[in-house]
This record gives sequence, structure tokens and C-alpha cells, in this order.
Amino acid sequence: MRYVDEYRDADVCRRYAAAITARATRAWRIMEVCGGQTHSIVRFGIDALLPPGLELLHGPGCPVCVTPLEMIDRALAIAAKPGVIFCSFGDMLRVPGTRSDLFCAKSEGADVRIVYSPLDALEIARQNQGREVVFFGVGFETTAPANAMAVREARRRGICNFSMLVSHVLVPPALSAILSSPRCRVDAFLAAGHVCTVMGMDEYRPIAARHRTPIVVTGFEPADLLQGIHMCVVQLEEGRAEVENQYARSARPEGNREAMRVVAEVFRVVPRKWRGIGDIPESGLGLRPEYAQHDAEALFNVGTISTEEPSVCISGLVLQGIEKPSACPAFGTRCTPETPLGATMVSSEGACAAYYRYRRTGS
Amino acid sequence: MTTRDFELACPAPLRHRTVQLAHGGGGRLSRELVEQIFMPAFGGAALSARHDSAVVEAPKGRIAMTTDGYVVRPLFFPGGDIGKLAVCGTINDLAMTGAAPRWLAVAFVLEEGLPMADLIRVVASMRDAARASGMEIVTGDTKVVDRGKGDGIFVTTTGVGVVPEGITIEPRAVRPGDEVLVSGDLGRHGIAVLSMREGLTITGALESDCAPLDGLVAALLSAGVVPHCLRDPTRGGLASALNEIALDAGVDIEIDEHAVPVNETVAGACELFGLDPLYVACEGRLVAFVPEEHAVAAIDVMRAHPAAPEPVRIGRVLDNAAPGRAGRVTLRSRLGTNRLLDIPAGEQLPRIC
Repeated sequence: MRYVDEYRDADVCRRYAAAITARATRAWRIMEVCGGQTHSIVRFGIDALLPPGLELLHGPGCPVCVTPLEMIDRALAIAAKPGVIFCSFGDMLRVPGTRSDLFCAKSEGADVRIVYSPLDALEIARQNQGREVVFFGVGFETTAPANAMAVREARRRGICNFSMLVSHVLVPPALSAILSSPRCRVDAFLAAGHVCTVMGMDEYRPIAARHRTPIVVTGFEPADLLQGIHMCVVQLEEGRAEVENQYARSARPEGNREAMRVVAEVFRVVPRKWRGIGDIPESGLGLRPEYAQHDAEALFNVGTISTEEPSVCISGLVLQGIEKPSACPAFGTRCTPETPLGATMVSSEGACAAYYRYRRTGS
Repeated sequence: MTTRDFELACPAPLRHRTVQLAHGGGGRLSRELVEQIFMPAFGGAALSARHDSAVVEAPKGRIAMTTDGYVVRPLFFPGGDIGKLAVCGTINDLAMTGAAPRWLAVAFVLEEGLPMADLIRVVASMRDAARASGMEIVTGDTKVVDRGKGDGIFVTTTGVGVVPEGITIEPRAVRPGDEVLVSGDLGRHGIAVLSMREGLTITGALESDCAPLDGLVAALLSAGVVPHCLRDPTRGGLASALNEIALDAGVDIEIDEHAVPVNETVAGACELFGLDPLYVACEGRLVAFVPEEHAVAAIDVMRAHPAAPEPVRIGRVLDNAAPGRAGRVTLRSRLGTNRLLDIPAGEQLPRIC
């Protein structure tokens, strides 16, 4: 498989691992921001190739994990309304709300459909003029352009029965929040390559400078991750704190201007609550007022939502790199992918799910 | 006779171009369906007796029996259709016990409005698949549900086969030291169906691997290779099949990731959909657990058989299963690290990003 196998080459990976071991003179803690990176690290056993003392912390970059409980409950309430077709990416369907999840809602009669693109949901709206089609707009900067385009298309084509329940989150404010926490353990970041492909790297530079923390924009394959870790270690050992780009084959410093333009046209920056972490100012995207007719949160009055998180779950601490899944007393016992207590276990990209799936132990 | 030259029975043409509710009502239209579609395709001695049950000669020795329901969307996909799938699936379940498939019962749930031409295509395909394995379709049933209450056609098949004297192929027979072999590349069926459903054109000429495996198993047995266990990795793919056997046999299994054959197009589509090919369904592949001393011969027999396009050894049954911990499947990654190959929590779901 061209363009993928090259980045899974065992010799290349072993060479990077050896270079990291040779370069690291002390213990360093590097956080991979993205859930996809966490998944790759655990799936390929990349942490097992690293020298002792070099610890990988798993970050908050799983959109399923950080979608607030209130939003899941809101999605469930909207999906249950008569006449609604509720469309979502597949991995949101298993995320538990306070009392149920979208799969259960579907089995109880709600018209919940898995789509691969918001444009598919738009097409469903076009074909079902008598019904309200709601798309669950979640994700980071990566999915925002396509979601923005779907809303813009809905307005341009006069598809009035299409709306979006928006719960977008932004990566740079989350990194600032983690670095500002007194419990922060992060020495360097592997930033998510695909996020930077869209948004560029400009927002990372002041964060790296202010917190004296190297940020290396990194891809998702084993060789990407090991090279990114090596670049972090080199910076840390040299006492530098810069933004560097390991993922140059896709991410450019200026990002994708057309994608950024459509995002800016449809969305505005809003405060957002992150599941397990809490409120982070200016960390989300919401629809601009001129697109209010496509804003599901405003269109559907679902009343007050009161939520309740299981008290034993330490998802939030795992998402901030403060704790590993092993620190949770419920890991693998009360909390499994079949009976998840928190979103880091239910999402396929969540750190707890990755540990359960690939190791069955939390260590 | 092939699907192409299958014709409706003369002289009376079918009165309806689509399935009507009355086709399942037990009256004149039901009889028309049986006489003009099912009997010409399936009719053998037992079916022609037109009795409430099929009466067949009881074989000596042991019989294997299996049943399975088939629901697939779209009904027709590259490399097969729901009819071929339903027959091959049951043949393969029988073959995994070493049984020679003999008799098949077929139950249809048809959706009102289904084009009769689609039903005819499916029936012809079932007939071809059954004949190729020497299996006789001996009895059946048809029900029709309201439009919108089905997915066109649901098929349930029940198969009976005869197990050769002295052959016991089952999970409990798996032993530490057994070699784990697969007969070909994995995941074609799941990706072919998914690609068709989602209109993924980059998969090009990718076809489902849907095929009968009874001939391949018979060839192994004829050559004196008696597998301890066989399994066709259908839903849940290779990972689920290995986990089931590890648990049932009470052993640990280790496989080498680099040895597992996956077609480049399948691998690419899996990347795109966020799926792991080790969990994607096959419908014409088998996993064989063979004693170490039979492994080379088993590969040679498979290599000479058209149903095994790429037989390879992918792993082994370990002899160090700790008490109370047996039943784990581990995967040695391309990078030389070990990880658990778990049972999936449910269906694999496409990721957000």
C-alpha cells in the first residue's frame, strides 16, 4: 500500500527508536495530542520501543471523548422527536449519555442514521423534505470545513429542513489549558498533523514560546510518531521550544486557506465545555447568527438538561495526561468497552479503550 | 446451466413483475411462485415429492447440521449476491467440521415490491452454488412482508452434511504447538460489500471472496492432513475467529502481523474507512489449526487448490497459557512489539476523523 507501508517500515522505526535512545539523557514526558496518534502508539507498541524514562502522555484529541455529556443528551432528545432524522458519524452512536446512547435511541424507534459525510446528511434532507434532518457536527478543526460547507450548501440551495447540532472543539486552546494547569506534566507536544493541514501552525507559535514547550506537528503512522518524538527529544535536550513540522508531506505552515475561509464564514469561536476537563474559553466553534436557521440547538427546544457523570471515572485526568488508564480502579472491571463509564473507554480513539483493546491492562 | 440461461418455466408467465403480499399467502400466487421459480431451479427428487417435509436416505455414521440467516445490503455485490452467500455460507459451516454438504433447506422472507427479476437472479445463483458442491435443495418456505418492512430478501438456509468416518474437527482438539494457517487474503467480502454500499469507486475490480470451501477441505482430508480445527472467518473477521477458538480450546494463540495476507485495495479501503482488516468479514477463506508436522503438507495441498489463492502460515498455538488466563490472542506487530488482538466490542464503526 503505497504512502502507508513506507511509514510502517520496521527498519526505519527501529532506527528512529535507536536515535531517540541515544539522544535522551534524562526522563522526558511527551504528550501526543490526537486520539488517532494514541491509537497508533498502542496498536503498534511504539511506547515499547522507547527508552525507559521517556513517557508518552495521552492527550485530549479525541472528539468523541471530549463531547460534553449535555450535548450527547441534547442529541438524544432531538433524535427522539417525531419527524426527525438524526445523522451522525458512526463512533458517536455508542457514546453514553446520562441514561442512554444513540444506538439505544435507534432501537427504540428514533430514526438515527450513520453517515460518512455531512454532505450525505444534506442529501438525506433534500430527499426528505417533509422531515427535519439534523447532523451531529462534532470534531476538531479537521471536520469543521466539511461541516461548514454542508451548512453553507444548505443555505445556498434553500434546503430548510437541514440543521446541525454543533459541538466543535479547537486544539490550541486545549493545549494552552493543559500547560496552564498546575498539575501539568507535559514537556513537549506531538501536535495532530491533520489539524495543522487545515489550520496551519501559526496558533502554536505563541503557545510554544509562552510555555517554553516544544511542539512538533506529527503524523499518525509509526515512523511519523517516532520521528516526531525524536524531534521533540532533540529540542528538549538542546533547550529549544519551537514549532517544528514532521508532517510536511501534508501540513503547511499556512494551512489550507480555502478550508479556513469556509470555516470562518460559517462558524465563530465560542466557549466550549470539554467532557472530563470542563470549560475552556474560546475553545469551540458555533454557527454564526446568520446561519441560525440551520442551528439545531436553537431550533429544537429540548428543555433543561441535567447530567450526571459516574464519580469513579477519571476520564478527565486521562485526557489531560495527569493519569494513565491504569490509575482508574474501574479499568477493565466495571468499565469496559461493553459497559463504559466514561467516553475514553467508549470511543475507539480513547486512551482507555486503546489500552483495553490492545493490552487489557492499564499499564 | 448458468444464471444467464435460466428461464421462467413455460407456458404460464408470471403475472406480476414484482413480489406481491399474496405470493406469501399460501394461495394461487404462492403456488405460482413455487411452480415457476423455485421448482425449475431447485427441483430434485425430494423437492418434487411436494410433501410437508423432505424425505432423504439416512446416511451411515454422523451428520453435521447448521443453520444461518443472511441479511446483506446491497443484494448484489461484486463477486456474488445474497443467494450465493446464503448457500456458500452454509456449505462452509458444514465444511469446517469436515462434513461433505448434502442437503439444504431454504427459507425466504421477501419484501413486497421486490422485482421478480431480482428474485430469479438470486434463486439461479443459489442453484448454481448448491450444484457446484453436490448439494440438493430439498425443502423451503416463503413469506412476504409489507413494503418497507424488509431489505428486499432475507434468506435462511439450513444444511445437512455427512462427516467422514474417524474425522473430528473441533475447537477442543486444538493443541499447543499447532500451526495457524489461512487459505487466502482477508477482508475482501466485507470491503467489497461496503464499497458497493458507499459508492467507493477506488476499490475498482475488488470482488468478494464468496466461495464454497468444501472442496478444499475434502482435498486436505484426502491428502491425509487432518486439521485439529477449521473456522471460516465471517462476521468479525480473523480476529473474532481466533478469539473464539482460543477461548473454546483454552489456549493462547500468537500471530505475526506481517504474515497475514491483505490485498492492497482492501488495506487502502480499510485505512479510508478507519477499519482494521483483521476484523473484516471473509466468505471464502478458512483458518486451519494443523499439527506442526502437517503444516507444510497442508500449505502444499491448499496451494494446489483453486479455493486457496494464498495459503500461508500466520501463527501458532502457544504452550505457555497461564492457568485462568488462557484464551488470549496476541499479535506480533511489524515492529516486533506484542499486543492483544481483542474481540471487537460490536460492529466496527467509521471514525469521525
